[in-house]
Amino acid sequence: MSGDTLIQLALGLPLLVAAGIAAAGKFPNVREAVTITGAVALFAVVVQLTGLVADGQRPYFLLGEAAPGLAFAFRLEPVGALFAFVASGLWIVNSFYSIGYMRGNRERNQTRFYICFAIALCGAMGVAMAANLFTLFVFYEVLTLSTYPLVAHKGDAAAQRGARIYLLTLLGTSIGLFLMAIIWTWMLAGQRLDFVDGGLLAAANVSPDAAGWLLLLFVFGIGKAALMPFHFWLPNAMVAPTPVSALLHAVAVVKAGVFAIMKVAIYIFGADLLNATAAREVVMDIACFTIIAASLIALTQDNLKARLAYSTVAQLAYVTLGAMLADKAGFLGGSLQIAAHAVAKITLFMCAGAIYVATGLTNVSDMRGLGQRMPIVFVAFLIASLSIIGVPPFAGDWVKYELMQGATDRGNVWVPFVLIASSLLNVAYLLPVAILGLMPLPGTKPPKEFKRPGGAPALTVAAPAFTALLCLLLFLFIAPVGDFLAPALATTDTIVQEMSEP
Amino acid sequence: MIIETLLRTAPDWAVEHAVMLVTVIPLLAAPVVAIMTSGRLAWVSTIAVTTANFLCALIVLGLVQSTPEGVISYPIGNWLPPVGIEFRADALNAMILLIVAAMGLLASVFAWPSVSAEIQAEKLPLFFSAFLLCFTGLAGVTVTGDAFNLFVFLEISSLGTYVLVAAGAGRERRALPAAFNYLIMGTIGASFYIIGIGFIYAATGTLNLADIAAQVPGLQRDRAVLVGFAFIIAGLGLKAAMWPLHQWLPNAYSYSPSFVTMFLAATATKVAIYALVRFLFTVFQSDFSFERVELSRLLAAVGVAAMLLCSFQAIFQADVRRMLAYSSVAQVGYMILGVSLATTAGLAAGLLHLFNHALMKGALFMALAGACLTYKSAQVRDLAGLGRSAPWTMTAFAIGGLSLIGVPLTAGFMSKLQLGYALFEAGWIWAVALMVFSSFLAVFYVGRVLQAVFFQPPPDPRAIRKEAPLLILVPLWALALANLYFGVNADFPLGLSQDAARAVSLPEALLP
Repeated sequence: MSGDTLIQLALGLPLLVAAGIAAAGKFPNVREAVTITGAVALFAVVVQLTGLVADGQRPYFLLGEAAPGLAFAFRLEPVGALFAFVASGLWIVNSFYSIGYMRGNRERNQTRFYICFAIALCGAMGVAMAANLFTLFVFYEVLTLSTYPLVAHKGDAAAQRGARIYLLTLLGTSIGLFLMAIIWTWMLAGQRLDFVDGGLLAAANVSPDAAGWLLLLFVFGIGKAALMPFHFWLPNAMVAPTPVSALLHAVAVVKAGVFAIMKVAIYIFGADLLNATAAREVVMDIACFTIIAASLIALTQDNLKARLAYSTVAQLAYVTLGAMLADKAGFLGGSLQIAAHAVAKITLFMCAGAIYVATGLTNVSDMRGLGQRMPIVFVAFLIASLSIIGVPPFAGDWVKYELMQGATDRGNVWVPFVLIASSLLNVAYLLPVAILGLMPLPGTKPPKEFKRPGGAPALTVAAPAFTALLCLLLFLFIAPVGDFLAPALATTDTIVQEMSEP
Repeated sequence: MIIETLLRTAPDWAVEHAVMLVTVIPLLAAPVVAIMTSGRLAWVSTIAVTTANFLCALIVLGLVQSTPEGVISYPIGNWLPPVGIEFRADALNAMILLIVAAMGLLASVFAWPSVSAEIQAEKLPLFFSAFLLCFTGLAGVTVTGDAFNLFVFLEISSLGTYVLVAAGAGRERRALPAAFNYLIMGTIGASFYIIGIGFIYAATGTLNLADIAAQVPGLQRDRAVLVGFAFIIAGLGLKAAMWPLHQWLPNAYSYSPSFVTMFLAATATKVAIYALVRFLFTVFQSDFSFERVELSRLLAAVGVAAMLLCSFQAIFQADVRRMLAYSSVAQVGYMILGVSLATTAGLAAGLLHLFNHALMKGALFMALAGACLTYKSAQVRDLAGLGRSAPWTMTAFAIGGLSLIGVPLTAGFMSKLQLGYALFEAGWIWAVALMVFSSFLAVFYVGRVLQAVFFQPPPDPRAIRKEAPLLILVPLWALALANLYFGVNADFPLGLSQDAARAVSLPEALLP
């Protein structure tokens, strides 16, 4: 099938799934089957698209022009293909998990839940494949709006409050800052918004000061990337059911945010312009601060989901850091983190959800010794923790390696220390959960009996086990991924060469 | 495409007199409808009249687009201007006429369920007659090329409006003082306008707009012209609900019948803004209006004040109608901001927002009317849970609300984006930031209602809340879908507004 047909399918399938779910709402098994079939079909389409991109093609599709110069256009390039691959693949896993969780917990409004999920995936696909900032912005907002009902799912006062903060922060940053940045880019680039290899603004004679302010507008306007101080929507969104948290943190929402920052850095600014602005270092410093501060806050959180939320804030800053390093290794590390963090975080969240369904526990301090009754869950948690910490043979290790490489190439010697400190903090707040769960210290109170007879539903255990395995596989198969991303980062090679010459 | 077909198939007399017919048809129909005995017959006649008007408006647009000069002139009674009164249509008023006629048609289709629930049956023919008079006035203001004639039609529409607003007394006694207040303020506005015209007539000796425009460049130093200009702008500004002359609007919108609110919100202020643009750009021209008088800063300040202050006020309203009324004043602020730029891009952006705002507010007020049929009150807490019992109505409301915020894929986003570009081009970065901030405020006041409607349980679970009837749903969804369509494919309104902006800035528009 040709590239443009595949792109249309990738956008249309989630919407068809949503329609199918709405139609089959009264028959839960049919409804779930629609989700799974649709997710698998979408993954198949994305795999084909990825194959085309790996061959060197750039599939392109123009949906139409909303107004002169504002086109709904889609063009797939390696970084976007990676994001689409991760999102569509994890949708399948998350769907199986959701089935187990939602049924096991007897949640209400499941039809609305699955419909919003499907629309959110359409939004993610649109963001991944956008050929210009206008299309990206439109689908970015679609993603925000479609995930709002998911965050507010439980419907009680706390959920509504959390959802309100979620919506207001994301809409505020996107309307207030991101939109302004887009309008400014339009002016600077001569009425264009396309993503161009080497950077749209590279040829536009932008003064370094202006580019610096523009960069700040973009980085803070893309609120989904959760860069401090616009990170607080993420912990507040923890009121959502765990499958939604998994979607938010791993499959779509935050990934769309950091992916957008990556695209802006590579295709709007380009490495040259980034290197010329002073704001690049400022954003790098903010990213490093976010990494350390969020990890420290995570240490103080007893609620497991809150701890994982702050961990996500820190891990996302890795991608921003990679984008701001503005060299090949930095871009590569940042892009790899999109995939590595996705698989690791989704595992962690799914484990947290499994624990909650089985026992009703949410706090880490209550989970000591629980691992002996839920071994698979806790081992998966352990593996994912090791990946986030950056220990081989798990995927997170490569990310840290590339980022450190990129930093030292540029002469930023303290960035590796920040990354090492971050790893140590990760150890402090992640490892005890798994280790004390599996091998409690003598004298610990034994954990409560299972709230749900039979423990966690099978699907909620199988899913994180599978994604934990993916953490390992991603490490082993990192070379093909790196080769896949290389053409997108090729333009930055020359700069690194010039920089490393004394 | 539709317009070309219409031009070809319409009878010759219709094409020749279309500019005139838009005022004559409703004017003649009004007394006939007034003496009807059946409310239903009055309603059907109203639909017939507004349909005919809509077709005439399309013909006018088609004619304007096909003539080389872009202007059609129609001397009434074949008395040539400047002695006689002429009706003159160019790209600007063709666009406004289209909006007024389309909204009039949609409003009259949805009128029956809403009006028959709120007004006594024996008063219905009189009500529809007043509506037709108001409609005549609005159409007349739009197409006339004579300054005094504009006043006459303005007063006709205002008188009709006062009656329509007062008709809300059946539902809400406060409609009467609201109508009286509106009457006083409106008459003050119209009086200011006519005083201004008096000065202009004294200075130029003519009442024909094109003729005045030809004479103004030679009279730039004349005090009389300056004073006349000030009075005219103040008078029209009051009619357009330009901040701070907007005080009549919230009460008038909140207490009048729902049908009236919808029609007024979609048309009345638009026509007044059209008149303002006409005087600023065509009659007095940019040199005078924006360089001699330096109105740019004043209008920009007024626009920004409206945007910010009224958006804030909207957030604190418990009544949804009142909240939307304050929101309307804020949206007028956007249009004034676009106008104050005095560039083609700025004016086009303001006019595009005018078009989209008619669609947005039309949908919102229509949905509200449908939702409040069985439940008279429109407080936010009374709308809670309606998302479940009236999903079609409330989804259309949500679409209008999202368009008001300016979410991508809706029409509101397009006009805000164009306004942002125009402001950025002119270097008014602070204005972009403020515009963006007030859009963010819209998230609050729209979000509050949407949250109540879709996420809160109904206040009284035993009360039966039904979907709006089909007569309301069909025009409502036509507007909601238009909001979505023009958000994705903005070529038509964008083309109209850009043609209109270019037409008023070019001196050729003055040629007879």
